[in-house]
Amino acid sequence: MTESPLVSVRDLRIGAVTDAGRKVEIIRGVSFDIAPGEILALIGESGSGKTTIALSLMGHARSGCSIDGGNIRVGTHDVTAMSEAGRAGLRGTEVSYVPQSAAAAFNPSKRIMDQVIEITAIHKLMPRTEAESRARTLFRALALPDPDHIGQRYPHQVSGGQLQRLSAAMALIGDPRLVIFDEPTTALDVTTQIEVLRAFRSVMEKTGMSGVYVSHDLAVVAQIADRIVVLKEGEIQEVGTTKQILNAPAHPYTRELLAAFEPVPHVPAGIGEEVERKPILEVRGLSAGYGAIRNGEPVAKVLKNVNFRLERGRNLGVIGESGSGKSTLARAIAGILPAYRGSVHLDDRKLEPALHARSKEDLRRAQIVFQLADTALNPAHSVGAIIARPLTFYHGLRGAKCDARVAELLDMVHLPAALRHRLPSELSGGQKQRVNLARALAAEPELILCDEITSALDTVVAAAILELLKELQRELGLSYMFISHDLSTVEAICDDVLVMYKGEVVEALPVARMSAEAAHPYSRLLISSVPQLDTGWLSGLEQDPELVAAFAHR
Amino acid sequence: MLRSKTTWLLVGKRLGIALITLVIVSFAVFFATGLLPGDVAEIMLGQAATPEAVAGLREAMGLDRPALLRFLGWLGGLLTGDLGTSYVNKVEIADLIAGRLANSLRLAGIVTVICVPLALSLGIAAAMWRGTLLDRMVSVLTISVISVPEFMVATLAVLIFAVWLDWLPALSYGVNVDSIGAMLRAYAMPVISLSFVVSAQMIRMTRAAVIETINTPYVEMALLKGASRPRMVLIHALPNALGPIANAVALSLSYLVGGVIIVETVFNYPGVAKLMVDAVSTRDLPLIQSCAMIFCISYLSLTTLADMIAILSNPRLRN
Repeated sequence: MTESPLVSVRDLRIGAVTDAGRKVEIIRGVSFDIAPGEILALIGESGSGKTTIALSLMGHARSGCSIDGGNIRVGTHDVTAMSEAGRAGLRGTEVSYVPQSAAAAFNPSKRIMDQVIEITAIHKLMPRTEAESRARTLFRALALPDPDHIGQRYPHQVSGGQLQRLSAAMALIGDPRLVIFDEPTTALDVTTQIEVLRAFRSVMEKTGMSGVYVSHDLAVVAQIADRIVVLKEGEIQEVGTTKQILNAPAHPYTRELLAAFEPVPHVPAGIGEEVERKPILEVRGLSAGYGAIRNGEPVAKVLKNVNFRLERGRNLGVIGESGSGKSTLARAIAGILPAYRGSVHLDDRKLEPALHARSKEDLRRAQIVFQLADTALNPAHSVGAIIARPLTFYHGLRGAKCDARVAELLDMVHLPAALRHRLPSELSGGQKQRVNLARALAAEPELILCDEITSALDTVVAAAILELLKELQRELGLSYMFISHDLSTVEAICDDVLVMYKGEVVEALPVARMSAEAAHPYSRLLISSVPQLDTGWLSGLEQDPELVAAFAHR
Repeated sequence: MLRSKTTWLLVGKRLGIALITLVIVSFAVFFATGLLPGDVAEIMLGQAATPEAVAGLREAMGLDRPALLRFLGWLGGLLTGDLGTSYVNKVEIADLIAGRLANSLRLAGIVTVICVPLALSLGIAAAMWRGTLLDRMVSVLTISVISVPEFMVATLAVLIFAVWLDWLPALSYGVNVDSIGAMLRAYAMPVISLSFVVSAQMIRMTRAAVIETINTPYVEMALLKGASRPRMVLIHALPNALGPIANAVALSLSYLVGGVIIVETVFNYPGVAKLMVDAVSTRDLPLIQSCAMIFCISYLSLTTLADMIAILSNPRLRN
């Protein structure tokens, strides 16, 4: 670097006060530079402090946090020494921010245009008409549909992918020198992610702005960043160019991150080939939906005539974008949402459509594990009580026997028995998901419906959960129905794949033949959209524009 | 702003629910008052009355008809503005109530005009500068006001301003209100006492509702765009907090018509609440029923209005 850096951070220290009133240091002496025009990625798991560092570049610390030491310089401004009013003057004009969830970051009660050009109004940069025409130019550059009128809509009237690009327009309107992207594609489907990434990259290349790209996804970062900073627990582990980090990682933690990304081919469980496998789960012509029932059919039909068989000891992956009906399928099989047509058979026994009509034994045999352990675990109950409840309900265990079984189950999911006295809020994300799993195991099920159970977890943690699932399958002879939007996760654990699109199964294949033989255009688009750990992947990616237009409408 | 059909449908639905509730409430009021101990005819005729005389009076008053018929007749009367005749002094109830209701509404109106803007600004300001001295002072003040019973506030006000200092008249009704100054003096004490009671809740609820929206990502986004705190709160947080605030205001204000009996008594102010208490002590059933209906209607219309504001301020229902 010959030019003087645009941003320099020296020995940054940020402290936080915990709920218990204890003061902890969450960023411990971080230093880095960003050259003009360079895009720097901050990579790390949740809790590594990457967002905290990014926000500190704008002089902002979330409530409970404070910048305690070190020095941040952006351009000629010393952010750490500025007054709050001075920092406000910096935000939007020098440094701007693209949020993680644009859906949450847009004010629901104001039109999109008013929010996109708000920066120009706050800082009195230009008259309104000029700002609006500038916004429309940005909408075009970001490949948004109907750029002349999209600004007149309210946030809930456009899709998530569009909102994410609109939030980039909002960040770029004030012509900042540095743009912070805070996991901007994490909440998007893979097919949508590509378009958004492309739009971001082309705009950043054209304008020559510097960027900070916060993400936990190395493959995404590989497409957009020049250099990568690897963070763990508020400390820098390794800094290097993208190529060096991907090809020659020096730090063990970086290697661990990369290893978690490597696909682990799934070896089908079961010893030897049995002559005839009986299906544990068979679904015939299943249709389900939401809303008021008219003429025996719900108003909003989600699932349309779904058929499949899952053989005992095998795993079925269900894949598709958000809104494709994956979760609805799990809910209909579990009976939470009774199907209005079709049938679910467990071991050749037809199940009642509605949960309350099923026998306790039927309930016990098929358990569901939800995506968000945070909301699935009662925050007021201890881990022990959460796991003990199905033990009492299904098996009538009480007292010492029940306690012993809870300890056993915790051991099964590799959690220390001492954790039973803790509340869910005192556990990490991975630990919570393990408790969630232990609760399902407590029923001693034969089939577990896993609804996106690794989606909210970091790659390393998610890989460990997948390992655990495989191990449990070997020991207990379980079958999984594994719902995910992530093809590589499904490949890592499943034998067969169902591809869902708009409530229908468009393709059903053994997973090993998926990438080679998938015939449906949507499956092909899905396969080609999974980011690869290769800096040239996005540039070299050629997708049929018609295909994209037909299926990646979000 | 354009509203979609769904919005109007929802508003219509809410109005329908309010009407149905009103019918149910009237049913409850009518039969609950019927449960009051004692027979009206016996009470009116006194202990020495012969059973024949009591039966005759019951027949004359229509009390021997089935309860449901009496209810329908009463409801029909309500709808046509015929509230019946007082058992006690044979005056048309409509006439009895009219003057009292005007008094109550006047007092409530004055308190509303003073309190709502004051409480909202204090609540919003406290939320805007959360954790500052201003916020803490407002918090301490509202908590202490909520904790002090209103008869204490009212009595102390009379003791200090009327008895010791002799600045204000102890009674607010019947004093000379020719000039604006005199009227201000006459209403000052009841208005202050009532304001204390109703604004404390409004301030606290407004502050909580605004703080809740301040903690959303889109308000943080506004901060990261360089917006000042007032802009963040007034432009981004407040419009999304309108629903809960309207509900808090409605709940507080609904107290002003029916719940002010203590203040009316202390200042000897002839409002509806006092009328109702008098009616209960004389077992004047038609009067009790009419007063109860007035309280219910005022409560219902306020909450309905608040819900409609919440529906109309929901951006997801806009075109």
